[in-house]
Amino acid sequence: MTTTIKSLVSLNHQKRNRERVLVRALTFIFAFVSVGTTAGIIYELLKETVLFFQEVSIIEFFTDTRWTPLFASKRFGVLPLVNGTLLVAAGAMLVAVPLGLLAAIFLSEYASERLRKILKPILEILAGIPTVVYGYFALLFITPILQDLFPQTQIFNAASASIAMGFMILPLMASVSEDALSAVPRSLREAAYAMGATKFETATQVVLPAALSGVAAAFILAVSRAIGETMIVAIAAGQQPKLTLNPLESIETMTAYIVQVSLGDTPHQSIAYKTIFAVGMLLFVMTLVMNIVSYFITKRFRERYE
Amino acid sequence: MSTTTLIRDVNFERDLSIRKIKGKIFEILAFFAVLLGIAMLLTLLIDVFFDGLPWLSTRLFTEFPSRFPEKAGLRSALQGSIWLMVLTAAMAVPIGIGAGVYLEEFAPQNRITRFIEINVANLAGVPSIIYGLLGLGLFVRQLGLGRTLIAGAMTMALLVLPIIIVTTREAIRAVPRSIRQAALALGATDWEVSRDHVLIYSAPAIMTGVILAMSRAIGETAPLITIGALTYIAFDPKGPFDIFTVLPIQIFNWVSLPQSSFHGLAAAGIIILLLVLLSMNALAIWLRNRLIIRW
Amino acid sequence: MDNNHYILETQNLNIYYGNFLAVKDVNFKVHRHQITAIIGPSGCGKSTLLRAFNRMNELVPSARSEGKILFNGEDIYDPSIDPVEVRRRIGMVFQKPNPFPKSIYENIAWGLKINGFRGSKSELDDLVEQALRGAALWDEVKDKLDQSGLSLSGGQQQRLCIARAIAIKPEVILMDEPASALDPIATLKIEDLMRELKENYTIVIVTHNMQEAARVSDYTAMMMLTGNEERSGTVIEFDRTDLIFTRPKDKRTEDYITGRFG
Repeated sequence: MTTTIKSLVSLNHQKRNRERVLVRALTFIFAFVSVGTTAGIIYELLKETVLFFQEVSIIEFFTDTRWTPLFASKRFGVLPLVNGTLLVAAGAMLVAVPLGLLAAIFLSEYASERLRKILKPILEILAGIPTVVYGYFALLFITPILQDLFPQTQIFNAASASIAMGFMILPLMASVSEDALSAVPRSLREAAYAMGATKFETATQVVLPAALSGVAAAFILAVSRAIGETMIVAIAAGQQPKLTLNPLESIETMTAYIVQVSLGDTPHQSIAYKTIFAVGMLLFVMTLVMNIVSYFITKRFRERYE
Repeated sequence: MSTTTLIRDVNFERDLSIRKIKGKIFEILAFFAVLLGIAMLLTLLIDVFFDGLPWLSTRLFTEFPSRFPEKAGLRSALQGSIWLMVLTAAMAVPIGIGAGVYLEEFAPQNRITRFIEINVANLAGVPSIIYGLLGLGLFVRQLGLGRTLIAGAMTMALLVLPIIIVTTREAIRAVPRSIRQAALALGATDWEVSRDHVLIYSAPAIMTGVILAMSRAIGETAPLITIGALTYIAFDPKGPFDIFTVLPIQIFNWVSLPQSSFHGLAAAGIIILLLVLLSMNALAIWLRNRLIIRW
Repeated sequence: MDNNHYILETQNLNIYYGNFLAVKDVNFKVHRHQITAIIGPSGCGKSTLLRAFNRMNELVPSARSEGKILFNGEDIYDPSIDPVEVRRRIGMVFQKPNPFPKSIYENIAWGLKINGFRGSKSELDDLVEQALRGAALWDEVKDKLDQSGLSLSGGQQQRLCIARAIAIKPEVILMDEPASALDPIATLKIEDLMRELKENYTIVIVTHNMQEAARVSDYTAMMMLTGNEERSGTVIEFDRTDLIFTRPKDKRTEDYITGRFG
């Protein structure tokens, strides 16, 4: 009995096709896990948040100025936590933005290729250090120095966390900005030089404005990172939620509060359990909004150079 | 209109020297910014090193945590970290690579694909503590797994998944089209092209990405605290359903104690953590350089 | 030689990239208020030679030059002279139009500002208008000065770049294949513009388009690869354009012009 090539091939073809379909289906499911994750996050946060707001009024949550869910007399105003988060984040940006931008301009416009190849990875190391280490550094190195300089500095304070966080975020700011600067075509720089501009003038008045949307996106990403950061503030910034602009005082951020409750023994029907989800929901929404804004800035205002 | 003029024109010259000075100052400032970052890095490393060196000893590997710093060690934390890494990788690596392969090789250009991609991109920007809340609500409570290694690993797997997906996609994208086309021209299905050609060539880069993702995971603390990994564990974990702690949490615990000897212990723990990270990154770079196939 | 006649003069100019000699032993003089074209096959160093005139080669780290380039009798490569000073006097227009992503007005105003313009807004407006008129662009853009320079067509963008260059009143304008990225109609407009510009400026243009060189230039420098391994470019002939194209002295020039080579 002769088997024709045609029949051999077609049998084999069926098997190969089946394999292909199977793999496609499996990997599709794997890819959909990410959708599941987002759905899971939203569901879990929402579930407890809804339960929370059945016990606490939304108005109180957003307007009250005291946050004492773990005390006997409970107040649920989230503003002090938000204040703490934003205070630390602002301080961190004060460090990361000027230094990061200057570093980006240096790497993109001034440094030779060889120098860049050495310096950039070293700066990246700053981003790779686990945040517990930064927390350690903030509490045990930065804080004593601050206390020497400003004797009214408390042991736990926003400033130490801000400084440590600023350096942790610096590589993010520098890297994304540098990418944006490098994307500006060489011909624009040549046009500026050909008119007798100095390197400084070209870098700051032609290249930087041309890369502005990329730099803005970097900025927003950095802020988002600062807001969501946990360990540095959990270790060094304190557990005293309060409304203050004084960075030398002890405060509490949203993330540090979640850690504080998680470390304790919190029965899951309690209001305290629900608070961490409510706070988590707020945090999630804040960072989500920022990521969306950053995305739109990149998309909408993407520079056309030609 | 044009007259013979020398290049040196007095007014322009005066301006020019100011412009040059401004430029020089700026260059120095910009370089200084880079230096400051590097200096801070060195300061941090040196500080940790000097604080922790006196406390480095084999005791760290053999002893459990204790109320007495002279007796305390990282035994449970280190084992917890290893268990966690293995379990996390076991879940995240196949799913992450599979998802990356799907998105890069099979996915059609339609709204579903776009939706998946948006999700992946967004998840990369979600703070890690939120993953902890997800793990707490879903794995610890709803699935009833409790604050165990498996719950922690599932949480961490979701955390590192976007990283692995992105690096897998980039690795696949780097494979030249000519290889693909040659394979297709021989009558291969798209899966066979992926399986026998593309994945082989992108394997080193994928591996590098996986190692880097895991090195991120080792340093993560917040999500694990949130799902309830404890700060005081005094036994060897025996299986995925044990409660646990990990190295960064132990470090966190020691830093938070008032006695300075525990701070020294924390620093020693940090040294070990950094060494582990250093080795993983070095391994990733070495692998990439060693195994890369030159076209 | 009457020094007033020649605005630019090269003396034994050699240009290196690292160890590679790209341009070898160039000696010629550029006449004031004339258009001088540099022609030759691709890769013979025309652009490198052109960029030597405003020290733009120095943007490449390995580039260096030997010999002199005299601008009104003064060597622009003298160590005491900053390239920034040279570039203010010797401007450049590039092959692919590269306006800044700023408004049309700002494209021109910026060069004035960094070069020390200190006057009122209306004086600045005047200078911008002058420059745009000088580039034959004013009528087309006068109502949309606020719009981005990138919103213009290719030919208009190139004229904007010319306006930008002449705004700071250089004495020489270097043009590196200014019309090669443009359509034929835009090209002709640029050529007409060049004839107008030479009343007030001196123009040196690099082109691979021989017909263009023949149409537009007064003097022509013919460049070709020579040297041991034929890798260095040099000027093999320099003369009035009408003479080069009718009675070339060098056989290689004749071959190139008649299309036998290049």
